Amino acid sequence: MMSLLEISDLLLCEVFTGEEKLDGRIEYGCASDLMSDVLAFSRSGAVLLTGLVNIQTVHTAFIAEIQAIVFVRGKKPDQEVVALAKQKKIPLLGTAFSMYEACGILYKAGLTSTMEYGESLATHGEK
Amino acid sequence: MVMPFSQSFTIEGRNFFNAGKASTEIKSLLKQLGIDAMIIRRVAIATYEAEMNVVMYAQQAVLTFEVTPEAIRIVVDDRGPGIPNIDLAMQEGYSTATAEMREMGFGAGMGLPNIKKNADELKIESAVGKGTKLQMTIFIN
Repeated sequence: MMSLLEISDLLLCEVFTGEEKLDGRIEYGCASDLMSDVLAFSRSGAVLLTGLVNIQTVHTAFIAEIQAIVFVRGKKPDQEVVALAKQKKIPLLGTAFSMYEACGILYKAGLTSTMEYGESLATHGEK
Repeated sequence: MVMPFSQSFTIEGRNFFNAGKASTEIKSLLKQLGIDAMIIRRVAIATYEAEMNVVMYAQQAVLTFEVTPEAIRIVVDDRGPGIPNIDLAMQEGYSTATAEMREMGFGAGMGLPNIKKNADELKIESAVGKGTKLQMTIFIN
């Protein structure tokens, strides 16, 4: 678990909206450009890392109770996307890091995945 | 005790800008009714996938959602191409989506499987060239 501010600092983020929610707690991390995957595998209270910068990303986040969205690889949302996120009270951030690097940085800093695996997979990376 | 409630929404096919409006409104309504958060999340996800299916494939649909003390029922009745093989459409990864739909982050063959995963009961009736009717139920207790 970490604060959104810590995530923002780790990924050198630009904040597009939701400055006032940077002290919010983020329990998990997930990353995908496929919104159906987000709906299927995310958990309430997660940050979503994505390269998809359209209005569906915000709708999906609202539906799946994603706490905040970080757009990767320098992608910037347009005004409509920012306006909807503001209305739905979902912070939007952007990082210059690629999806791979952004995930790696947060994972290394201790942010847990939303996925739940059996023990063999859960301990695999630690061998 | 949850007060009985029902409401209908019209969903326009191909209108990607409004896609998700009915589901987000339903989610807000359920919150106001004081429904359990985990149940709201399941209803919202199933409804949103169904709404996206209408936007991507059909011309128009009427979404009716009904809350009773026992359950939440959502019916999505569309005028559209229908589903020729429902068993195939229920398989994860099977999709007939176009590049445009994939650019919206959908069309990966997860829609109906995601609906099935989140609903306690799911009934699909479809007639090719006419439309599809989806009925889902999520029990409150």
